Amino acid sequence: MFGKLTFDAIPLHEPILVVTMIAVVLGGLAVFAGLTYFKKWGYLWTEWLTSVDHKKIGVMYIAVALVMLLRGFADAIMMRTQQALAHGGAEGYLPPHHYDQIFTAHGTIMIFFVAMPLVVGLMNIVVPLQIGARDVAFPFLNSLSFWLFVVGALLINVSLFVGEFAMTGWVAYPPLSGIEYSPGVGVDYYIWALQISGIGTLLTGVNFFVTIIKMRAPGMTLMKMPIFTWTILCTAVIICGAFPILTAVLGMLTLDRYLDFHFFTNEAGGNPMMYVNLLWAWGHPEVYILILPAFGVFSEVTATFARKRLFGYHSMVWATVAITVLSFVVWLHHFFTMGSGASVNAFFGIATMIIAIPTGVKIFTWLFTMYRGRLEFTTPILWTLGFLVTFSIGGMTGVLLAVPGADFLLHNSLFLIAHFHNVIIGGAVFGYMAGIAYWFPKAFGFKLHEGWGKASFWFWCIGFYFAFMPLYILGFMGMTRRLNTVDNPEWVPLTYVALFGAVLVGIGILCTVIQFVVSIMNRKKNMDVTGDPWNGRTLEWSMSSPPPFYNFAVVPHADKLDAFHEMKRDGLPTPPATYSPIHMPKNTGVGLVMSAFALAFGFALIWHIWWLAAVSFVGTFVALISRSYNEDVDYYVQPDEIARIEQAHIQAKANQA
Amino acid sequence: MSSEVLSNHAAHDDDHEHHHDAGEMKVFGFWIYLMTDCILFASIFAGFAVLSTAYAGGPTPKELIDLKLVLVETFALLFSSITYGMAMLAMYRGDKGKTLSWLAATFVFGAMFLSIELYEFNHLIHEGAGPQVSAYWSAFFTLVGTHGLHVTAGLTWMAIMMHQVATRGLTATNQTRLSCLSLFWHFLDVVWICVFTVVYLMGAL
Repeated sequence: MFGKLTFDAIPLHEPILVVTMIAVVLGGLAVFAGLTYFKKWGYLWTEWLTSVDHKKIGVMYIAVALVMLLRGFADAIMMRTQQALAHGGAEGYLPPHHYDQIFTAHGTIMIFFVAMPLVVGLMNIVVPLQIGARDVAFPFLNSLSFWLFVVGALLINVSLFVGEFAMTGWVAYPPLSGIEYSPGVGVDYYIWALQISGIGTLLTGVNFFVTIIKMRAPGMTLMKMPIFTWTILCTAVIICGAFPILTAVLGMLTLDRYLDFHFFTNEAGGNPMMYVNLLWAWGHPEVYILILPAFGVFSEVTATFARKRLFGYHSMVWATVAITVLSFVVWLHHFFTMGSGASVNAFFGIATMIIAIPTGVKIFTWLFTMYRGRLEFTTPILWTLGFLVTFSIGGMTGVLLAVPGADFLLHNSLFLIAHFHNVIIGGAVFGYMAGIAYWFPKAFGFKLHEGWGKASFWFWCIGFYFAFMPLYILGFMGMTRRLNTVDNPEWVPLTYVALFGAVLVGIGILCTVIQFVVSIMNRKKNMDVTGDPWNGRTLEWSMSSPPPFYNFAVVPHADKLDAFHEMKRDGLPTPPATYSPIHMPKNTGVGLVMSAFALAFGFALIWHIWWLAAVSFVGTFVALISRSYNEDVDYYVQPDEIARIEQAHIQAKANQA
Repeated sequence: MSSEVLSNHAAHDDDHEHHHDAGEMKVFGFWIYLMTDCILFASIFAGFAVLSTAYAGGPTPKELIDLKLVLVETFALLFSSITYGMAMLAMYRGDKGKTLSWLAATFVFGAMFLSIELYEFNHLIHEGAGPQVSAYWSAFFTLVGTHGLHVTAGLTWMAIMMHQVATRGLTATNQTRLSCLSLFWHFLDVVWICVFTVVYLMGAL
């Protein structure tokens, strides 16, 4: 009836997990009670859960990502504490099977359920506004993508309390992740969490590619698109090119584990290295999916706060395109030690180093944009400056690792760990933080508190250096990744320094949380009625904040780069006497229902509950098919309603002036 | 082809330009989705190529595969592409009856293809060449089976489309959907040509 699932699957013998479980249950009950007491269920359902509005979907992505950031960071600080405690014969407080789950969960969560949703959240909020569109190309699909992503996040959190998570590391190499060496449900949680959320990401890629290609405002040719939109276009291309490979490779691993296939087994002709190749053929483009949008954020932030147009727009675009192409031809540098031979390693080493060229172009582009600008030291620009220094260091250690000979020594050492945290935190995460600070007023109509934002930046930035510079040194000293205990006394002092750094980053995260709380409490004081708090340059600043649900009452003409900046200089268009009706999609809960079935489907497969898997599989498709019979999916917003909303915004601006 | 025809029909449509734009965009989006599907197949093809001689001492395709049967199977699928094309031509003429009959013919050919494939799978497993036997057969069943799953999805979709066309006529929405299904169906044909060449001709000839 319940497959492999029994009460023993709930880890009541692990005190850490029991405490977490109690906290989660109490927190959940508090939220549930709060929603019930304030009678907010209806509001939540109609305004958020069933919304197909890209702005709300974007906000939900970021909200889930920030919650998952707390989970991923908790894993990080536990690992750092374990390493700082477990030396000189001490075993620390995390037994190996628990520690292994933690480092696997940390990597998986941070990449798939923190960084990815931050990227997708930002692109959802910003891209349609930047290109003068009223929504994405396929709003229902967008809602489905979001909920499939939530399914993945839920599955990974369920694994904490029911069963176990993978103990294989976040890339789950076979044969370790095969059924012989990982007979438990951990790898199955990993597979289905990634597979289901990965399909959501793929659909997002298709959706945004079509949105950007087909829905730009009249006059906005490709070379007049804002840079952030350009980076998202390239990101969408990489998603479309890379995520199917992940789907395929996870599918093969699934067949190996469930049906005794022999893709990656040691016996019967299987080839584990094929998994590694296919996984990184997805995995390396994936890191550019994470970093390109951050580059886009920095470009917007720099131009806005330097009060200049971006230096070298064309070089920036072509550098982005070059990185997009190159991202697909470097995957083998993740396993130079596989032994492909000198010429193969040389090709991939050189291809990897070549990526430093367009990236260098970008760094100089930002520097020259700031040069002789009147830089305003707001929170987003601090993140940008921190990025420029930190990311350059990370990029250089990356080029070092791209030398196959050096890589043979540094492979799987803490040097590598330091390198990729250097580029992902110092590059991608700093970019997302800048993006959140920059576009928050657009999404909500009030600014975030500057003081707490700056505090967050300084703790993150200094904490980063304390946490990861020691790892570079430890890597040179021979310390490898994923160690549960430290057996070399020379390494111990530096693990203390790294723990100190992690605590500083933790304070940085705390500052961000406080920043949100303080800003929401003081929102009246930080209110922005103009819709253009930073004197912005691109179209998203041309409407009220938060934008009306239809975004643009009149579709703008954008035949110049930095369209809104030019409009402000030449005189803004006057509002028309009458508005035309606007065609909009209706909200729908079908994406949510399909994803609920997908959650049951994933859970059933993890625990081998075959009847539930069959029922929920059918359920997913019945929900989709029933939607295809529903023709009442859109409506027209009437001119008088548009006039009322627009007039309120004009009035509010006039009152403030 | 599809988008051009869609715009013809949008001219007949009373309802603004929205359906035209939306329909064209859906077909374009579906194209992009097909390209991602193409990469999915490419990955599985790559896996098959790597494992194409990994028989692990077990049976080889030369010993077991009946190419004549596969030829029949292939022609069933190729004919189904022709009949689908006829269905689209009937749709452009606005001939609901003919559209439905050609779709039914396509469905029959598709079902024939699938039945032969299932017969072949069953036969191979009985001959001791199931997917658990060696990496080669794992890759074989995965590649051919993934295509088969796509055909199954296409047939399900086709059945639903026949019902929707029968009950609602050749509406703008249905025309867009038939165009997407058309792309999907021809795409599966192209993929099958690659499967036929790489798996069957190169493997078993």
